[in-house]
Amino acid sequence: MNTVAMPEQSTDSRAELDRIERVAIDASTRGPVLFFYASAILWLLVGTILGLVTALKFNAPGFLDAWSFTTFGRVRPAHLTSVIYGWASMAGIGTIIWLMARLCHTRLKNGSLLIIAGCIWNLGLTLGILGIFAGHGTSIEWLELPGYSTPLLFIAYSFIGLWTLLMFINRRPGHVYVTQWYLLAAVLWFPWVYGTAQILLVAHPVQGVVQAAVNWWFAHNIIGLWFTTIGVGTVYYMIPKVLGKPIHSYYLSIIGFWTLAFFYSWNGIHHLIYGPLPAWLQTASIVASVMMIIPVTTVAINHHLTMKGSFGALRYSPTLRFIVFGAMCYTLVSLQGISMAFRTINKASHFTHLTVAHAHLGLYAFFTMVMFGAMYYIVPRLVNWEWPCAKLIKIHFWTTAIGILLMFGALTIAGIQQGIHMNLRTTDFNVIMNSTKPWLWMRSLSGALMMVGHFVFAASFVMILMRLGKNKTTPTLFEEPTRGGNVL
Amino acid sequence: MNKLPTLLIGITATFLFSWVGLVMIPYVQLGKLGPIEDESGTLVAVGKPGVSSGARVYAAQGCVYCHTQQVRPEHGGSDIARGWGARASVARDYKDDTTVFLGTMRTGPDLRNVGTKYQSITGELHVQIYNARLRNKSSIMPSFRFLYEERKIVGSSSINALKVKDVKTGYEIVPTKEAEDLVAYLLSLNQNYSLPEAPTSEH
Repeated sequence: MNTVAMPEQSTDSRAELDRIERVAIDASTRGPVLFFYASAILWLLVGTILGLVTALKFNAPGFLDAWSFTTFGRVRPAHLTSVIYGWASMAGIGTIIWLMARLCHTRLKNGSLLIIAGCIWNLGLTLGILGIFAGHGTSIEWLELPGYSTPLLFIAYSFIGLWTLLMFINRRPGHVYVTQWYLLAAVLWFPWVYGTAQILLVAHPVQGVVQAAVNWWFAHNIIGLWFTTIGVGTVYYMIPKVLGKPIHSYYLSIIGFWTLAFFYSWNGIHHLIYGPLPAWLQTASIVASVMMIIPVTTVAINHHLTMKGSFGALRYSPTLRFIVFGAMCYTLVSLQGISMAFRTINKASHFTHLTVAHAHLGLYAFFTMVMFGAMYYIVPRLVNWEWPCAKLIKIHFWTTAIGILLMFGALTIAGIQQGIHMNLRTTDFNVIMNSTKPWLWMRSLSGALMMVGHFVFAASFVMILMRLGKNKTTPTLFEEPTRGGNVL
Repeated sequence: MNKLPTLLIGITATFLFSWVGLVMIPYVQLGKLGPIEDESGTLVAVGKPGVSSGARVYAAQGCVYCHTQQVRPEHGGSDIARGWGARASVARDYKDDTTVFLGTMRTGPDLRNVGTKYQSITGELHVQIYNARLRNKSSIMPSFRFLYEERKIVGSSSINALKVKDVKTGYEIVPTKEAEDLVAYLLSLNQNYSLPEAPTSEH
């Protein structure tokens, strides 16, 4: 915990030196982190619009159906690709760079090369998404990008991964904080997961159902070992940092980290339960999914006990509110995931909107909200300017928080109906489809609400980059604290 | 946990374990499946030669996002009760699929045996793809009319013209090559053969 300032342990001059060091480190990451964040937010807007179009096609199948490039089966993977590899990954990479530099007490060197890497990543992604619209998508879930766009992403990623590793290698000697383990693991696992899938599914496809095994090993590990590690690592940094107190237990964080690494990586085949793959594979993944109870509860307990006594700070701190919302949803989505891995439940929940609900709870309610929180903390430190308007942050929080909960609720209800009638009974298909229709309207509505939040956030981001508003010396809070306390 | 080597070994070992378990072993176990003989010693005709261009169209239009291609066993859901197949799908059924489209969502029905259903009514399958709402008003399946061509009738109408009503007089709707490929692929989807590891009920 050497980065969390504990005033009673350091003299004034030591604190001042630390502050100067932090400012210098932040300044060294400014260009690349802001570039990745700006790109991420742009992709978020693109992805949100594509998501809404996808959702509306369930309500009005005739909507934009005259052209091949706007058909449902292309807009949907374009939505997924832009939010996963555009928004979530680029927001995650920006956060990794900043956190790694801060925690390693090392300045980022040759940061401009990372900006070039960011440009290449954007280029590869744009090319790939245009390819999906043109009908070149692979239709392999989570790996839809056409083969020709991936080399660009690979080149860009090599810089990103290497720079992160170099920061870690050149860190100031001493304690390595839990966030660093998560981030280090994430940057090493991501190319391994993506590379394996790219080779075995796109470049030289393996035979038959081995494709399905590789596909779900890959897709689930992108969630579990890339997004979850970045997300949980960020929460581990932000909660103690904002509250100004250390994390509750070092030992719980060790258990949480290694059990996550060990069990999460085996989860993937629970997407293929009762499918044409050996039962032992399915069972192995079900067991690993259930074992996820260990990392999930240890992390939840650790975070909760750190928060204990400080929940009042959620009223003031935008960062903390987004982060804690995300952390709570991490527990929720994991418990839901565990339950859906049981054969009895999966038999009904498989192939329904419940899976879509679950995916959005994970990628949005957990990961995206954590990234929003991180951005609210990090961006002011990069531009030396505070967020111009607390009201905009408030709108951003409530539209996205209510939006995602509505979406989750609507899809869950639709999914349960669908599951019971389609998978357990033989109800007529039209009856099932018609019963889900009102809930799919509600899903579109909730998506529109989230879109409002995203545009408000983008506006806020542009304003802080342009240094609009008052030149404040204290952070922008939802409301001023009524009593003294560290609520940065 | 302060040393890079410890972290690196742990990070590599945990992940390697799952890589071996979920990628390498399935590859060894299932990656080289061949044809198989039935009890009488004749080879069972599994596989779909010559329809990979149709599978490509299936991928390009993103059919996989609404349709699965897997029949679960009787104890694993009502797939068989729904008539989506006479038996559960097994690994060998997919040995010749260029891309395996098992799918994760059933906004529409499973398609693993769709060929059986439309074998004798190919025209209906074209109409379904052209505009599903002409066959079922409440369907939310996208229209793929961009895979069809509206053409002026020269002489007598083409034999492959779609039997649909709302066409301008003197015109006809005919499938493009992509639509023909897609239909050929869909018609190839059937598991109406018996495998030793997955016998159909009459065997």
